[in-house]
Amino acid sequence: MAADDDDCERMTPSRRAVLGAASALFAWSYMPKFAHAAAGSRDSRFLLVVLRGALDGLSAVPPLGDPAYADLREGIALAKDGPEAALPLDGFFYLHPAMPNLARLYAGGQAAIVHASATGYRERSHFDGQDVLESGQSGPGKTESGWLNRLIASLPPGEAVSRHGALGVGVVPPLVVRGQAPVLGWAPPRMARAGADLVQRLGDLYGERDPALALVLKRAIETELIASRQGAEQPRGGGGPDSAEGMKRIAEGAARLVGAEDGPRIAALAFEGWDTHANEGGAKGRLANLLGGLDGALATFESGLKPVWKDTVVMVVTEFGRTARVNGTVGTDHGTGTVAFLVGGAVRGRRMIVDWPGLNPEQLHEQRDLRPTTDIRAVAKGVIADLFGLSGPVLAEKVFPGTGGLAPMQGLVV
Amino acid sequence: MADWSDPRLKMLALQRFGLGPKPGQGGASGDVRERLLAEIRSEGAAQPRVSFSGAAPIGRALYAFEDEERAARESRRVAGQQGMEQGVQVAAAPPMSGQPQAQMQAPAQPVPQFPQAIYREEAVARVQCALEADTGFAERLVQFWSNHFCVSVAKGNFVRAMAGAFEREAIRPNIFGRFEDLLIAVESHPAMLNFLDNQLSIGPDSRAGKRRGRGLNENLAREIMELHTLGVSGGYTQADVTSLARIITGWTVVGRDARLGFPGSFAFNPGLHDPGGQKLLGKVYRQEGKEKGMAALADLARHPSTASFIARKLARHFVADEPPQALAAELARTFRETGGDLAALSRTLVTSELAAAAPATKLRTPQDFLIAAFRALGRKPDFGQIAGPLGVMGQTLWQPSGPDGYPDTSAAWATPEGIKTRIDVAAQLGRQAAGSVADPRALVEEVLGPLASPQTKQAVARAESKPQALALLLMSPEFQRR
Repeated sequence: MAADDDDCERMTPSRRAVLGAASALFAWSYMPKFAHAAAGSRDSRFLLVVLRGALDGLSAVPPLGDPAYADLREGIALAKDGPEAALPLDGFFYLHPAMPNLARLYAGGQAAIVHASATGYRERSHFDGQDVLESGQSGPGKTESGWLNRLIASLPPGEAVSRHGALGVGVVPPLVVRGQAPVLGWAPPRMARAGADLVQRLGDLYGERDPALALVLKRAIETELIASRQGAEQPRGGGGPDSAEGMKRIAEGAARLVGAEDGPRIAALAFEGWDTHANEGGAKGRLANLLGGLDGALATFESGLKPVWKDTVVMVVTEFGRTARVNGTVGTDHGTGTVAFLVGGAVRGRRMIVDWPGLNPEQLHEQRDLRPTTDIRAVAKGVIADLFGLSGPVLAEKVFPGTGGLAPMQGLVV
Repeated sequence: MADWSDPRLKMLALQRFGLGPKPGQGGASGDVRERLLAEIRSEGAAQPRVSFSGAAPIGRALYAFEDEERAARESRRVAGQQGMEQGVQVAAAPPMSGQPQAQMQAPAQPVPQFPQAIYREEAVARVQCALEADTGFAERLVQFWSNHFCVSVAKGNFVRAMAGAFEREAIRPNIFGRFEDLLIAVESHPAMLNFLDNQLSIGPDSRAGKRRGRGLNENLAREIMELHTLGVSGGYTQADVTSLARIITGWTVVGRDARLGFPGSFAFNPGLHDPGGQKLLGKVYRQEGKEKGMAALADLARHPSTASFIARKLARHFVADEPPQALAAELARTFRETGGDLAALSRTLVTSELAAAAPATKLRTPQDFLIAAFRALGRKPDFGQIAGPLGVMGQTLWQPSGPDGYPDTSAAWATPEGIKTRIDVAAQLGRQAAGSVADPRALVEEVLGPLASPQTKQAVARAESKPQALALLLMSPEFQRR
């Protein structure tokens, strides 16, 4: 513990006092630097972006080569040509014109796109769908922990990734990082922070009266410490996670923390507003604005994580897709198959990962949705196996329980 | 056994079922249970005092506002063209102020536009009701049902202007009535029809559907079953969702043309309604027009899955994230036996041994915390003092991120960032109230009384300043948990 004490010298006395009695619990965050991952192995970063509300994969990555596409999509269909042409990917699939950064990363070999994908969930409730996506279980309501949290809990305690915990962005962090393993919290600041002395006194009070509150407060202090070492406070205010500006701010903050030498290696964040039941729009409009926000956030990750970008994978997922056919109100209702994005210097990019099921009526799931042909859990298992060296059995039992029959997808990471 | 003469139990009941004690109410000295039960009144919860009585006048004013906006934009455009021709610079229009954050950040902004002005007035009036209430039990039920049947002002100007009216018209009068009436009031309210897109949904075989080739939007139908009545595992299928969507086609909002009634109010439009019988949960509905939807909602309201779903949610809201099974069963039985009598359900809740005797594990939600703090400190907050803290704590009024409402578990709110932000809010409240609170130690006795731990009393007594003492009181485990 001597090394811990050394590290503590860099903290203010008040912070040390706050950490006080429970410091043993928090030793993970003050381990000396030499305990970093074994020489030669990669110090990977993994960021998971959850798009809440169900992204319309057929608009984000339109299969313009499929002859049934244009009829299904009517007025919101995208086109290969014209002033608002979709961006070419592989000649069959195109990218929404609001995503030039993703197109650039794809062309540069730093992005791969998974299409016609889904979790194992086949109903159409957002909340159950997100629960399954984030819990990593086969059905909803089975657990209070998320698969990223269990991933950390499954790693040897000395590993950089488990020592630094995971970052959950937001006042209410995404379920995917919640659980037994330590979670750091951060949200874009919007109000003057309370003084350190008040925080210390509350830390003392909670230490005596309320261990659960003591624990979360200590985690908050730890995150703030990392953020403050990484530079100036962010500007306050601004849009929420359903606006392009809010997405950018969230991405900046997450990149600052994940890029830090002593920061968390894993982060989960959520962007909202994807439930486009009405007036979804085509090349311009509501969905286009959101996709533009996501595209800006991806560029922000790239620049904010520059020194570690070669070891980074950003995975973008959503709970399910939307109906193949446009609905009665120029939008789309809840569906099944959709897209996921893998972006980062560690991604083996410039490829579509897809077993295209087709869009003819008999090819659709229940004659209404894009049929999922790739299980997104196989993709997630493949990425985290390569990034963090987890074995198949651990992935199949702890991280994604009951997926023994679902092999991790190979070769996703450079 | 719950002993209602025990001051600790009485004080906890004021926090668990109400919005926390106010100084001068005598703390836990009186008959707390009687005070809670006295708020169960057939007319429902108190009505906030606002300038617009309801959805229809708000709708009319909103349409007028939008027409003016359009005319102003048009005249600016024309003026701009003329200006360019004459080489004159025309000042840009002021930015739209739809966002509550914008209001918070920039108090010097010009007069807010109509939808935001209504939203602000409704928000302040709603909080005022909660501050004036005796125990706040009825107001807690308003919060509960308003979150259960939530709308979000993020949807746009229509819901922003209507959210307060929705709560006043659909929720407040019905919280001690029949669940069926509450459900029908909610699903036929313009705010809900707009929020979940039903005013856009057109029966494929209706006159309009055949003519225009447009059709169903199943958003509201799905959430009625998943979130409002049966619950996601309540036993319905995709086919049931589609059927219910067809059944409620034509449930819409009167437009500015006033063709179907008063602009901004509910109307049934037969031209949008899908004709013919529909099978829902195994039963065929053949009623004419709006009656088909009324019958379907009435059956959903009395469904056993609904009774269980509501009972468990109520128990979770008031008692514990994992409420005692027997309590949820007790509430479900009351629901079934009384046909969804919400007054009976409220009585069962308050008088239940299990509900009263459970330990205080539940972290107050940000709204609950802020109101309890205002009550304890005797504050009369303005809009910024309400919207600012709720925004940073993640529970902006009438603005959840989805139709499932804000989370209702401690696990969701007791997060590192959530607690840290709450401390920031408590520090600010302490600074604001320091001038009006005489002695923080006396306030601990008034609002926590027998619940206050020696450590909390000591922390308050030893605080370096009065603002800090008040912040410590507000952030103490005994104030945070109920």
